[in-house]
Amino acid sequence: MILLWIIIIPLLGGLLAWLSGRWSQLWPRWVSLISLAVQMALFLIILTEHFGEIQISGRPWLVQFDQPWISKLGIHVNLAMDGLSLLLVLMTNFLGIMAVACSWTAIKDRVGFFHFNLMWTLAGITGVFLAIDLFLFYFFWEMMLVPLYFLIGIWGYENRVYSAVKFFIFTQASGLLMLVGILGLYFIHGRNTGIYTFDYMQLLGTTLSETTARLFMFCFFIAFAVKLPVIPFHTWLPDAHTEAPTAGSVDLAGLVLKVGAYGMLRFLIPLFPKVASDFSPIAMTLAVVGILYGAILAFGQTDLKRLVAYTSISHMGFVFLGIFTWNTLALQGAVMVILAHGISIGALFILVGVIHERIHTRDMNRMGGLWATAPRMGGVGLLFALASLGLPGLGNFIGEVLVLIGAYQVSIPLAVFAGIGLITSTIYSLWMIQQTFHGPNREGWKVSDLTGREIAMMTAMIAVVVWLGLYPQPVLNTARESLNNLQQIVKKELVAEYSEGFISVKTGAP
Amino acid sequence: MLELLWLVPALPLAGFLRLLFKAGRLSRKSIAITGVGSVGLSAVIALIIGVSFITSPPPGYVYTQTLWTWIKIGNLVSEVSFYLDTLSLVMILVITVVAFLIHLYSAEFMIDEESYSRFFAYMNLFAGSMLILVLANDLLLFYLGWEGVGLCSYLLIGFWYKDPLNGRAARKAFVMTRFGDTALAIGIFLIFNNLGTLKIQEFMERAIHNWSPDSAIAVAAAALILGGAIGKSAQLPLQTWLPDAMAGPTPVSALIHAATMVTAGVYLIARTNVLFTLAPTVQLSVAVIGALTMLIAGFSALTQWNIKRVLAYSTISQIGYMFLALGVGAWSAAIFHFMTHAFFKALLFLSAGAVILALEDEHNISKMGGLRRQLPLTFWTFLIGSASLSALPFVTAGFYSKDLILWEAWSSGNRWFWTAGLIGALLTSIYIFRVVFIAFFGEETVRVTRKPKCLMKIPLIILSVFSIIAGFIQLPDTIVKFPIFSDFLHRALPATKVKYDGVNVQLTLQFLTSLVSLSGIFLAYLFFLPHRQFTRSFVQTNLGSALHSYLFSGWGFDWFYERFFVRPFIWIARIDKDDFIDIFYLGIAWLNLVFHRLLRSTQIGLVRWYAMGIGIGAVITLVIVVFL
Repeated sequence: MILLWIIIIPLLGGLLAWLSGRWSQLWPRWVSLISLAVQMALFLIILTEHFGEIQISGRPWLVQFDQPWISKLGIHVNLAMDGLSLLLVLMTNFLGIMAVACSWTAIKDRVGFFHFNLMWTLAGITGVFLAIDLFLFYFFWEMMLVPLYFLIGIWGYENRVYSAVKFFIFTQASGLLMLVGILGLYFIHGRNTGIYTFDYMQLLGTTLSETTARLFMFCFFIAFAVKLPVIPFHTWLPDAHTEAPTAGSVDLAGLVLKVGAYGMLRFLIPLFPKVASDFSPIAMTLAVVGILYGAILAFGQTDLKRLVAYTSISHMGFVFLGIFTWNTLALQGAVMVILAHGISIGALFILVGVIHERIHTRDMNRMGGLWATAPRMGGVGLLFALASLGLPGLGNFIGEVLVLIGAYQVSIPLAVFAGIGLITSTIYSLWMIQQTFHGPNREGWKVSDLTGREIAMMTAMIAVVVWLGLYPQPVLNTARESLNNLQQIVKKELVAEYSEGFISVKTGAP
Repeated sequence: MLELLWLVPALPLAGFLRLLFKAGRLSRKSIAITGVGSVGLSAVIALIIGVSFITSPPPGYVYTQTLWTWIKIGNLVSEVSFYLDTLSLVMILVITVVAFLIHLYSAEFMIDEESYSRFFAYMNLFAGSMLILVLANDLLLFYLGWEGVGLCSYLLIGFWYKDPLNGRAARKAFVMTRFGDTALAIGIFLIFNNLGTLKIQEFMERAIHNWSPDSAIAVAAAALILGGAIGKSAQLPLQTWLPDAMAGPTPVSALIHAATMVTAGVYLIARTNVLFTLAPTVQLSVAVIGALTMLIAGFSALTQWNIKRVLAYSTISQIGYMFLALGVGAWSAAIFHFMTHAFFKALLFLSAGAVILALEDEHNISKMGGLRRQLPLTFWTFLIGSASLSALPFVTAGFYSKDLILWEAWSSGNRWFWTAGLIGALLTSIYIFRVVFIAFFGEETVRVTRKPKCLMKIPLIILSVFSIIAGFIQLPDTIVKFPIFSDFLHRALPATKVKYDGVNVQLTLQFLTSLVSLSGIFLAYLFFLPHRQFTRSFVQTNLGSALHSYLFSGWGFDWFYERFFVRPFIWIARIDKDDFIDIFYLGIAWLNLVFHRLLRSTQIGLVRWYAMGIGIGAVITLVIVVFL
């Protein structure tokens, strides 16, 4: 039941925020914040109750909630949480709080409706991370889309309508493909066994002919690849991220992209292990291309927010690479990049918002020398730029290095090319710092430094990134068993082909 | 007392954190006390540890201290753990002591600086990262220190961030070293993948057992590690960032060149010596790279006018000596030269800093002259540093370390390395005494506005003393057999393999070395004092000026990289700013729009159009029905 509440609370909070917006601008903010705090309290309850179980192997779920919804069609409200989804919903909650906090003064127009959309997006994302009924999963998948569309289309910047429509068409079209895949799986499984169900656990291991499996896998893949994003399905991302209000960008980059990664981890590969395995060399190559191409695109930008947006493509390439490498190290690395990138990219977008609020431009050619007038802002910006270039001691490094070590065990050339991403990320990160905080103050900006609220937000985010960087073990332990379960599922299907990673290890491990 | 080891890197880091969190709320005095004090305390603890290590050595001359487990996934275990043997002990002693003296000097040197606190914060972080690097027991932790050092060099080279040129130099340093770092990272992956451990000592043991000498895997591992070392230590072909790194404040240069950063590569190779012994081809290329770098940088140093650039090229060249030593397996000689070099190079930079400060930020030696009367102390310290750098026989530390390298290069059997080293020695004494004669002798051309006070004088004097006496801990057999330093280091590093030996040969070579050093000084005197006019007129000839500008620009490496790497990259990024993949999607959108317009144009409300449409439609349908 507690899992259901975790989703209901932000939904209710959103409605309440909308209603309260009629009377005050302040109420929606507090209502949202309080409902997220309640949600956080629920997580803490789960965490304390099940703390000891997280590291026990062989248990599929820590908590599960299963109620029939539309029994005739075998649709259930089936929610479940394991270590992996626990980490992801915790991050959703944390970034949700940051999103509310960063909109505190920036959003002045239709505050109630804004917070309604924000909370419903968060609820949808949380639902995606918890649903293990495929129909329910699709339901939440679509549910986060509409409020996000409004967030971009109403509160965005100059080119918001174009970007919102582009975003909607990309995700909607790809989502429909996934629906086709889900329904196909549902019918074939029903025909094979007589049980018509959307239950993930039952659909695992459905016998499919290779062509069908390949077809369905691509349906799922396109949906997840658009979200992640994978080159060449990425072009909605820079527009949507750049034009969205800060809170929207934080949600998009920090959470929505991760939904794609989660989908691949939880559904795509376990449901279609054989064809996914055959596909993995192509997928890993695409990932490496994404890492490098995203970095080059980022370096070419003059719009600060667009630059930050493009860095996401590069970093999510590491996640994608890690997932399709599918050995323990790479998977742990992918999860770590998901978390660390979520926080650090969120912080960068918030910082861009903070700068925009003060100087009303995102054009880096007009910035420069902001360090002198706002040293705290500069310091924070520098730290997150360093996180993004993979400085050891910060969370992103742990993730990227684990992915690279894992990938190295599978394919040396791909790991080497992905490693070049460490150089390209240095180039754009330092360029970003140069153009904004360093250099001469071209237009004589006098900006006020971070306010108390902003410092509080940044401190929380820095604390998480440094913690992930210096003592990541609790996170690794939390994810370990769920990743192991996923690997076991795949292993069962792939006994013949399986050898620690999809592509057989070329050099002999000790 | 060895349990205090963790404090050695922790104290500078604590200083960094205090300066960071209290930024803007500390007086200059407390900033200086925090910044200098933290490194000072760290030096004191390092000394205590050193004494205790020598008087009551731990078993096997090794002490390890594990703080916490950083990452543990299956067989990948990375610990935050420190490893103290004689090699890392020497390193931490030199680093903390030299860094402390540089910090002390900076307290006065940087006093007028607006961002006094930021400066000391970065400097402390620099020292802390370097100490983590040398103490790391684990490759990933080593990499943390390694990257931390790179980051601090970026921050400090670009310390005066308002000038975009400084920012450019800083980014150049970080990005170029990152090329090496990436090679190192891949090397770490390779080692972990093939040997299954990240522990430095453990992987070396396993490498000996599992890898046959000169096997492809050993060569690859050693080559990748060498790639990392080349980047950080500014060796061919990644050396071009170091001369530009002069954009930072002078104490920063002293720190980068003497105690931290560039020596990290030397340490890395010495630390992983087993790999290089397993891969003789790579070890040979270490020596070749070292020799070439030494000569190339030495020639460039001859032509520079900026006093700090002379010293920068000099560092590249001296690190080349250390690489040469590592390449011929003279491990402890390389570390010995690292130590003496740390003293005299820090001394030279700090003296140059005093000159620059005295002349209101004048770097150009051609505008200086006769400074020895106005800045007597600085003159003497610079002279001692120069003498040590050019290996003035018997009385300077530089002589003993350089002589050892040359002797071991000879006895390793390769005469070419010895010859290169000798030419390098000649170049060294010419270029550094060129600076001495031009800047400190001759006519007085400028007025000194500021003289060093107490805080700057103390480090200068102490470093001068070290630059002389530090050589006496390792005397050659020809004088009196007294190899304390190398005996001490041999607990951690293998002894040198000797092919040729003999006191008589050594004596002859020593004589040659001394002669070369002295004649270099004499040549510098001839060319730059009595016959300066001759030198000038030579540079004005066609050949002379072409040669001069070629050497001045550092042999055209920058030109090449700019043309073939930097500009193409920027060009691609520029033209692809709007992402050509998006054109495909824009195309789809445009097609939709075209069809939309086409279809819309049929719905214009004219009945005869509709009638015609129905007619044509009917005809087409009929045709299809009848004929198909």
